[in-house]
Amino acid sequence: MKEIMLGNKAVARGLYEAGCTFASSYPGTPSTEITEEAALYDEIYCEWAPNEKVAMEAALGASIGGARSFCAMKHVGLNVAADPLFTASYTGVNAGMVIAVADDPGMHSSQNEQDSRHYAEAAKLLMLEPSDSKECLRMAKDAFALSEQFDLPVLLRLSTRVSHSQSVVETSPREDIPLREYQKSPRKFVMMPGNAKPRHADVEKRQRALAEWSESCPYNTVERGSGKIGVITAGISYQYACEAFPEASFLKLGTVYPLPEKLIREFAASVETLYVIEELDPFIETFCRSLGLSPTGKAALTPLYEYSQTYLRRQLLGEAPKSLYLDETIPVRPPVMCPGCPHRGVFYTLHKLGLTVFGDIGCYTLGATPPLNALDTTICMGASISGLHGFNHARGEESAKNAVAVIGDSTFMHSGITGLINITYNMGTSTVIILDNSITGMTGHQQNPTTGLTLKNQPTYAVSLEKICEGAGVKRIRVVDPNRMDEFESAVREETAAAEPSVIIARRPCALLKTVKRHPPFSIDAAVCVGCKQCLGIGCPAISIGADKKARIDATLCVGCDLCRQLCRPGAIRKSGEEEESK
Amino acid sequence: MNTNIMISGVGGQGTLLASRILGRVLLGQGYDVKLSEVHGMSQRGGSVVTYVKFGEKIYSPIVDEGEADFILAFELLEAARYLSHLRPGGKIIVNTQQIDPMPVITGAAKYPENLVQKLRDAGADVVALDALSLALEAGNAKAVNVVLIGVLSTILPIEEAAWRGAIEALVPAKLLDLNLRAFDLGVAAAKQ
Repeated sequence: MKEIMLGNKAVARGLYEAGCTFASSYPGTPSTEITEEAALYDEIYCEWAPNEKVAMEAALGASIGGARSFCAMKHVGLNVAADPLFTASYTGVNAGMVIAVADDPGMHSSQNEQDSRHYAEAAKLLMLEPSDSKECLRMAKDAFALSEQFDLPVLLRLSTRVSHSQSVVETSPREDIPLREYQKSPRKFVMMPGNAKPRHADVEKRQRALAEWSESCPYNTVERGSGKIGVITAGISYQYACEAFPEASFLKLGTVYPLPEKLIREFAASVETLYVIEELDPFIETFCRSLGLSPTGKAALTPLYEYSQTYLRRQLLGEAPKSLYLDETIPVRPPVMCPGCPHRGVFYTLHKLGLTVFGDIGCYTLGATPPLNALDTTICMGASISGLHGFNHARGEESAKNAVAVIGDSTFMHSGITGLINITYNMGTSTVIILDNSITGMTGHQQNPTTGLTLKNQPTYAVSLEKICEGAGVKRIRVVDPNRMDEFESAVREETAAAEPSVIIARRPCALLKTVKRHPPFSIDAAVCVGCKQCLGIGCPAISIGADKKARIDATLCVGCDLCRQLCRPGAIRKSGEEEESK
Repeated sequence: MNTNIMISGVGGQGTLLASRILGRVLLGQGYDVKLSEVHGMSQRGGSVVTYVKFGEKIYSPIVDEGEADFILAFELLEAARYLSHLRPGGKIIVNTQQIDPMPVITGAAKYPENLVQKLRDAGADVVALDALSLALEAGNAKAVNVVLIGVLSTILPIEEAAWRGAIEALVPAKLLDLNLRAFDLGVAAAKQ
């Protein structure tokens, strides 16, 4: 059946058709929808793991157990899972195992722009890269058989534009694959030196077999054009290049590692001008240069951000687009915390108290933006807690009284716990604020171990943040509603002053959750408003200043969270129906 | 000949649904279709764009500078921001609703005035309407997306039944009547 499908959904369809029965992932833009879509198939057991390392190990375990297995993550998630990745290359698999890794060129929703192709080379694994949804489906599906053929986990590299574009696919029925036999084989799966040494030799042998296979595999194709230009490219760059160079010949690479040496040499010899077009690092280009070829690549094209057809035309052909022009300064519109967001009051208070704030990865990273300007650092998942510990040690005892870490519930589960243990074990005195909004927010509402629901929405054991902190040795643990601003401020003052580790759990569910009641919008009593702009300090998109210099509240946005009302000294902000009540 | 549509708006306004309705309609007409969407952080109240491209064969899923035949703008500032994506002779359909971005709210920047006229002066063919009022008339401010789809449906050479079919397929049943009303109001506004 022909239909239009998101790249990520097409990957999920590929898993389904290939008879995959186990998927374990941690959400991360742009990879999240793969596992969400896979979870809609009853035939595939799907779970959210606390982090990518756990997910990959679970998927490897399932593969060893005989089931075709899968895990997905964003590029930085593969850093977390790099430990099992490198040794899974040695053990290989029993049933087929596929790892999807989604890069984010342009950093639409990421803290860096790393190129995960290097992992395939470093771990000596096969990596496939699709350029549209049709290839997402085909490669995800075929990767399981390749995994079994070559005895390795297969990496499927995606990028934001492939993951989040929709294009036409054709679906087929599922192939049911029986569970493979499990036989104890320590030489393959117990990676102590005596076993790992011969396995490394096997890996090198496998490398040669893969390289040979890549010369004739169906994913690397030559498309002859009429012009003299030849383009070597892969993934989404292929689509941009096809639009920019309609007459060129193409060597389209579906295996980005290992690269087909002979095919590349032959193609290069057949064209007059050779371009290598790839976003981010010169991965294919460097390989071409190692063969003694001299393509035009990063000398003309940037290693930064995303490409486009227009960018390629401009850089390589010197053609500029004809477009309309407006002589006007257009104010930027950065992302903001939603109206009613439970993080808003937290960052208002931290900013007000002038604290140093070690931040983490999630919606609350937006606490760094004006007017809240509350964050000092954001590095990677979990680094708020561990980073604060080092910061406070470096700066001495007084530092801990003026600094906090903020981390979300899901990020705390992912990699915050070990950082907290480091504080208690090493007698630190840092204050950690866990922003418990009952969901994984930024990636679009995924369940996590603290929410009491699984990926398939089955009720389950809810991990207790309080008990984990208590078990880690924290004695001062407080739960506060961050929208009660006075209470929250007192808690922060008291806990930062205490000369021992403390955790404040700021607990209030995400305002976008369907289970959260939206209150009627508030309004401004213009007769009372003095235009002091105090309410603007919380950075709520529903509040602005009108032509009359008084505050106004956009009734279509306001959810009645009550934060602004607590800040309004003259008392000009009214709850819906409040005036009627007072009459 | 390929047709390129750019949909711009503010995260949370429902641009994704609009592009998905378009995608479904166009696929039904036998075209090759690609959509490019935005998920993740930029969705949170930021400036968002989605692209819809259709024709005989589509390669790149994105619509770049000077390439859009149509811009469907859910908010006035978001029409102006992406004017450079319009090809000379292209058309902008814009909801005249204004949503202040954070720099305007904090007073660091001003919301430009008379933008519809300025877009016209810059050479754009502009269809401007208050889609928010029409959406509210249909029953919910969130139906701005379907009002604008209604306007676009009168410009693309595709029969009305195909649009209604796609809306029925993609909108939850309990919101269907509301969205079909919004679509009709968009169609009627375009014909005025």
